[in-house]
Amino acid sequence: MDAFLNQVFAGLATGGIYASVALALVMIYQATHHVNFAQGEIAMFSTYLAWTMIDAGMPYWPAFFFTIVISFVLGVLIERIIVRPVERAPVLSVVVVFIGLLVIFNSLAGWIYTYTIKVFPSPFPTEPVHLGSHLFSSHQIGAIGVTLVVLTLLFAFFRYTPLGLAMRAAAQNPDSSRLVGIRVGWMLALGWGLAAAIGAVAGMMVAPSVYLDPNMMSGILLYAFAAALVGGIDSPGGAVFGGFLVGVLENLLGAYVIGNELKLSVALVLIIGVLVIRPSGLFGKIHVTRV
Amino acid sequence: MAALLEVAKLHAAYGLTRVLHGIDFSLEEGSIVALLGANGAGKTTTLRALCAMVQTEGEISFAGTRIERKATEDIVRLGIAHVPDGRGTFVHLSTEENLRLGAYVRKDKRAVEQDFERVYGYFPRLKERRHQQAGTLSGGEQQMLAVSRALMLRPRLLLLDEPSFGLAPLIVREIFDIMRAINKSEKVSILLVEQNAAMALDLADRAYLIETGRVVLSGTADEIKRNDAVRRSYLGY
Repeated sequence: MDAFLNQVFAGLATGGIYASVALALVMIYQATHHVNFAQGEIAMFSTYLAWTMIDAGMPYWPAFFFTIVISFVLGVLIERIIVRPVERAPVLSVVVVFIGLLVIFNSLAGWIYTYTIKVFPSPFPTEPVHLGSHLFSSHQIGAIGVTLVVLTLLFAFFRYTPLGLAMRAAAQNPDSSRLVGIRVGWMLALGWGLAAAIGAVAGMMVAPSVYLDPNMMSGILLYAFAAALVGGIDSPGGAVFGGFLVGVLENLLGAYVIGNELKLSVALVLIIGVLVIRPSGLFGKIHVTRV
Repeated sequence: MAALLEVAKLHAAYGLTRVLHGIDFSLEEGSIVALLGANGAGKTTTLRALCAMVQTEGEISFAGTRIERKATEDIVRLGIAHVPDGRGTFVHLSTEENLRLGAYVRKDKRAVEQDFERVYGYFPRLKERRHQQAGTLSGGEQQMLAVSRALMLRPRLLLLDEPSFGLAPLIVREIFDIMRAINKSEKVSILLVEQNAAMALDLADRAYLIETGRVVLSGTADEIKRNDAVRRSYLGY
């Protein structure tokens, strides 16, 4: 029973990471109807930036917040400089641009930092935490906590601030948004910035457990993609729920059913399963087009 | 007195399809002007051209400023509110959020809060529905919401695209009455595009008749009403 609980808990911890990356995917999907395949690599690159700062002697938390800010700016710049020119291009061109970004960030990280894995520090104590009679890893508890804080802040931002409202409006109805004076192009850039910032947090939270290397996020992106699909690719709440669900499912199946080596196939099975049985996901809207 | 809105030699096109072929008209501050014409004459395109939502050539001046090269977002900031064809409701947002977006560019936050009560005064039904998702409102309520959203800007000029479209006559009557009241009490100028020529001419001070992208007739509402061709083709008696 103890082992089982620990598996569930570890699943929630990685699930939080999937939830964050899935949310970043959904944010960009809602605004542009494109899936940003480079989301994971941008997060990986952000994590390297954090590593550089920490390695240079900066304390963890300043480096953490600095990385979030830099990632935000990086996301905005990518949208303005690279994504903007292909705004009206056919979907396949956009996909190629995103895959190009993925390769560029991956190679850039390998070129600057080499492909040897690096240890990334955790800001949380190394001793496990007692909750009742159970022992839990402090980093896992901390990562879940950080994820929940990020999700709550995001929710509050979109729900209660004028800028958040404007971003939601721009994603839903660009024409009407322009007619009330919203600068839709900038809202998209902001969305990219926020997505990159969320990705950076996810990267920094997962790096202590998986170690830092340029391919760190490739598996995670796949899980996040599964999470987003399970929840419904146009539902932010669904993406978060899907993230935690996929995390727990992956861990339990890995531990008790299929073994750790085949864990990644859980994501693939989920993706195919959702697409076949319920393409709109658990919380997604079913799209009906009038002819 | 210089006109609030002055349009000269306005051309517009969707890609290669040219829709407007040199339209001229003007609107005095505080007045209501109607653009009449059949389906496809270019009335909606004229309104879209004013807000830089189609490619245009020609001159558009608003309150002494040339606006034909400005972006939609900046034209709104000059005080032009557009109630678009199809109402442009943010269907996934609540009624209140839709109204809040109407005031997005305003800095006088306290006055904005008061303006909620002002538009709820005109359309009490919206107050009852203020937490409801806007997409679930009836057609008439969505039209009221579209007009209210535009009023939240505190515009100098209101562009109304077919406010009567698809609505029951009673609701159309209500909306037109409120338009008249807003024009009288708040001095908001209105440019109205309408297929229902009889109602539009009752409301408007001046009218322009547009056919295939050109102005073919203009005058005061009374003159237009008495014109035989208009009576036969558009008023139906």
